[in-house]
Amino acid sequence: MWENELFFEAVPLLLEAFIKVTLVVTVLGTLIAVVLGLVWAIAVRELPPLLAAPLRFLVDFIRMTPLPVHLLVIYYAFNSLSAMTVGILVIGVHYSTYMAESYRAGIESIRSGQWEAATALSLPASRTWRAVILPQAIRNTLPSLGNWAIAMFKDTPFLIFISVPEMVTRAREFGGQHFTYVEAMTVAGVLFLLASYPTAVLMRKLEKKLAY
Amino acid sequence: MPTDQNPDPATTSHPHNGGVPRIQFEDVVKKFGSTTVLEGLNFSVDRGERVTLIGPSGSGKTTILRLLMTLEELTDGYVWVDGDPLTHDRRDGKRVELKPKQVSAVRKRIGMVFQQFNLFPNMTVLQNIIEAPVHVLGQSTEQARTKALELLDRVGLGDRGDAHPMQLSGGQQQRVAIARALAMDPEILLLDEVTSALDPELVGEVLGVLQDLAATTDITMLIVTHEMQFAQDVSDRVMMFDSGHIIEEGLPAKIFSDPDNERTRQFLQAVR
Repeated sequence: MWENELFFEAVPLLLEAFIKVTLVVTVLGTLIAVVLGLVWAIAVRELPPLLAAPLRFLVDFIRMTPLPVHLLVIYYAFNSLSAMTVGILVIGVHYSTYMAESYRAGIESIRSGQWEAATALSLPASRTWRAVILPQAIRNTLPSLGNWAIAMFKDTPFLIFISVPEMVTRAREFGGQHFTYVEAMTVAGVLFLLASYPTAVLMRKLEKKLAY
Repeated sequence: MPTDQNPDPATTSHPHNGGVPRIQFEDVVKKFGSTTVLEGLNFSVDRGERVTLIGPSGSGKTTILRLLMTLEELTDGYVWVDGDPLTHDRRDGKRVELKPKQVSAVRKRIGMVFQQFNLFPNMTVLQNIIEAPVHVLGQSTEQARTKALELLDRVGLGDRGDAHPMQLSGGQQQRVAIARALAMDPEILLLDEVTSALDPELVGEVLGVLQDLAATTDITMLIVTHEMQFAQDVSDRVMMFDSGHIIEEGLPAKIFSDPDNERTRQFLQAVR
């Protein structure tokens, strides 16, 4: 049975959890992922093979193993860290490995002539990356980074594994107290949609604006 | 060898290397996997000399330019620029690879214009030209800008400095690419089929700029082109390549009108 009262009671409660936890985790996690992902992508290309190979393995390993496993392992291995901190770090690092793949594709889409022109002008590697390759590569990568950020946002409920009081955890508690889950979970779903849909639209607009 | 043997000493930056050739290939070997493109190639180019490389595709002409620009790695042998080693030096009879910094010091004397222009699309025309003078030669932005505007004037694009490469025609892009290479004050300019990607009606404007450059500077040029008339107009010497070997070389007038080698004759007939 659907109860309107419970629905409206859940709204402020879950909105608070949404802003204080889900949004904070997503924003900080995205920042970590965007920066680290770029670091992985450049390092794998620039490091000597002896260092690049283990790094590539580590990045692949993280990408190919489930997020909840990382959350639990890191949470119990470093019990001095708060659950929230672990959540932000783990989700950020996890998604950095996806973003690294997007950056890699963006970098590889740059025609070899751009690298060759940079060599012919004797531009140092750092300048070639900063002034020539990345401005073009990131333009190609941005839409995909946006999609990963939205995916990360939708993965925040996994933080329930380490008891971070994010929105879905709170919705579950609320449901448990009132012996019905539908209303609270519906609120959570609507809040997710209200946040991710405009973001997706915005990303699409940005993508169009950035096209040459 | 028909060249101007006495370049103005004031305009050459390595006067101490008086008798040394500008470019020297010594026993150069280049393999791509199991394919040998160059097999012990030897030749030299004098200061201010304009040399055109002709020959069927796959004969190694472009590889020679790319080796000079360090876009390809030498399999064996040496390349000397003004007597300085480019990528490998000989020490006690041994072949030693140079450090990137040493390579860069010599490479700065060489500029290249590519078939596909390779302008940086994320920068304006002016930014393309001043990028390397500012970040490689350490010029001030103002200094580099003044010079860039002069060069743009010279290639007939004085008013397009703020345009983006994509807004320009192929011929205009290639002229910007020439200005960009010249902004580094190269002693050697490598021209790799610079008109091959252009619509026929745009070829003339690019060749015009290059002819002017050949007439008014003493830059050493190595040219790979299919424009035989242009080659004949600007070259001091033509080298005919086949399977990585120079099978005939000489004055353009001689090579183009009365080649000694039957293979050269066939090739010239085929491209005309």
